Amino acid sequence: MSKPKIAFFDFTSCEGCQLTVIDALQTNIELLDVVEIVQFREAMSEKGEDYQIAFVEGSCTRPSDETRLKKIREQAAMVVALGACAHLGGVNAIRNRQELDDVRQYVYGDKAEWFETYPARPISAVIPVEAAIPGCPIDRDEFVMVVKQLLQGRSPVIPDQPLCVECKLKGNVCVYLRGKTCLGPITLGGCDAICPTYGDGCEGCRGLISKPNIESLKNALEEHGLSFEEAQAKMTMFLNYQMMELEKETAGNGK
Amino acid sequence: MANNTMKIDVHHVTRVEGHGNITVDVKNGELKQVELAIVETPRFFEAMLRGRPYLESSHITSRICGICAVGHATASLRATEKALGVEPSEQTVLLRKINFHGEILDSHILHAYMLVAPDFLGVGSVIPLAKSAPDVVLRALRMKKLSGDMCATISGRHTHPIAMTVGGFTHYPSNDELYRLRERLEEARADVDATVELFQTLDMPDFERDTEYIALRKEEEYAFIDGVIASTDGGTWPIEDYRKVTNETIVQHSSAKHTANQRESYMVGALARVNVNHDKLHPKAKAAADALGLKPKCTNSYMNTVAQVVEIAHSIEDSIEIADVLLERGIQWEEPVPPARLSGEGVGSCDVPRGILFHNYVIEDGIVVGANCIIPTGQNLANVEADMRALVPTILDQGKEAVTQSLEMLVRAYDPCISCSAHMLDVKFE
Repeated sequence: MSKPKIAFFDFTSCEGCQLTVIDALQTNIELLDVVEIVQFREAMSEKGEDYQIAFVEGSCTRPSDETRLKKIREQAAMVVALGACAHLGGVNAIRNRQELDDVRQYVYGDKAEWFETYPARPISAVIPVEAAIPGCPIDRDEFVMVVKQLLQGRSPVIPDQPLCVECKLKGNVCVYLRGKTCLGPITLGGCDAICPTYGDGCEGCRGLISKPNIESLKNALEEHGLSFEEAQAKMTMFLNYQMMELEKETAGNGK
Repeated sequence: MANNTMKIDVHHVTRVEGHGNITVDVKNGELKQVELAIVETPRFFEAMLRGRPYLESSHITSRICGICAVGHATASLRATEKALGVEPSEQTVLLRKINFHGEILDSHILHAYMLVAPDFLGVGSVIPLAKSAPDVVLRALRMKKLSGDMCATISGRHTHPIAMTVGGFTHYPSNDELYRLRERLEEARADVDATVELFQTLDMPDFERDTEYIALRKEEEYAFIDGVIASTDGGTWPIEDYRKVTNETIVQHSSAKHTANQRESYMVGALARVNVNHDKLHPKAKAAADALGLKPKCTNSYMNTVAQVVEIAHSIEDSIEIADVLLERGIQWEEPVPPARLSGEGVGSCDVPRGILFHNYVIEDGIVVGANCIIPTGQNLANVEADMRALVPTILDQGKEAVTQSLEMLVRAYDPCISCSAHMLDVKFE
């Protein structure tokens, strides 16, 4: 049986998720026995176009990205969004709340018109995507697990539960008690609550759970004497695209 | 056919971070065009920082780059701390240094072993080497794992650090964790020696072109965090005067700005640091430099990778010494130093794996209102092109394939980090 051919692609991103893949391969080198990597520009010179599984890092931020994404979609039997930029728009979407012309001029001055850019979007806004590995960056163990599941022909499933579940299981002191805001109650878990474990509140990089209860988050923050405004600012870091879509929906429902 | 006409178009240089294209056009022996085009998407980080609470800056800007995440976070924190009058504790400074060494090691090992070594061993990537030279690959993986674990011990992970914050840390390693890390650093000395031996056997191409080399400098140590800007052409500048050194200009074919100081271009990175700060290297790193034939001032850009190997030796030794100081003191729980004010302007500078980096913020009432980041790879672009212009005529008779290979290796030697550098435009050219 021939090995499944996989390829890695990057769009607007820091390439940190691909680096995490390299790190994951360091400790799971046996994965290289069961797949064939045919394209991975950051790590190899060979370039094969006969891939079946495409891992895509980065957001779509310009028209030429769409063309490239559609070409990848045509070839690949399966497209996997790799990390927050591809999955959610990630930090790239922070600027979606600002005037595009203003953003361009701030960085490029009178050469602004040279840029090809538009608001940042997750790749699923452009092409159908079979699976997503969330996080900024991705969790290397989760990446290995997802690859194994895909190779077994299973759809990877990440339990739809908030980060608080595993944070409690780890025995962490709630960061609310340390006077910090945290998006754990509305954020999809699966990262082993790494940020609260290292003393920082969750910033929501893995995306919202399916039914985020933002009112309840607000109450919990108030109970602990914490600012909802600070939490709202956090909701516009990795989650800005999702929040803006939610706002559109709410507006569309006439609320 | 005579080699007096040649067109080279490398669309996306491989084994580098980000998207760059090389174009060379020679007609009748005359060099018409030599360009390294940066076609990375514009990132707009400076614009995105505006309106954000100051505590978020280091977490947002670490996302500029997955490889230099700790470097960006550190420069960002220093900029914020200077703006808000925060003086971090001695323990914070020491922990940040180990974390920084972890990133230098991780990045240099990735570059030297996985991106550059394949060129010399006649393969397209490190993957086939796992079968043909398993000891080399396993050593690289072992060293890379250690460097990642250094960052994980101090700040939670390398990409992207968690526990580093304005004024200190939100989490501390235990003395036991630090002790175990120190033991592994000591064990890594054998791997460092083997790395130096390996690079002694790899012949770097002969190519000399003198240029200006710029790096941070400190009297008390080999500088990575803070210091003054220093040049091999003479002169030092406080980091607040970075704009006088970088003089950014926009060029049509690059989404990253070009820079120039006292000549048409300058070089930053490991080779520039060794050229500026050779006297501050750890004795073992100096010995490695001698063994590898690297003497300041070295004017062969291909030797940048060799300078990285020298820094691998330095970072391991310096980390052991810092760990000793921390273990002697014992890790203390410290709350981060609070800001003295909530408005101000500050410049932070670090010499990250690829060279000198600047973050400059203006903060008003705790909110960032202005930001500027100048990235090492952007500063190197004009120098890469100047190298290519000098190199191509001397190797034209070797044929297109060899010229292409030499140019790709040259670009790779700079270890460009293109996603970082592209706070710029995306322009098509002919």
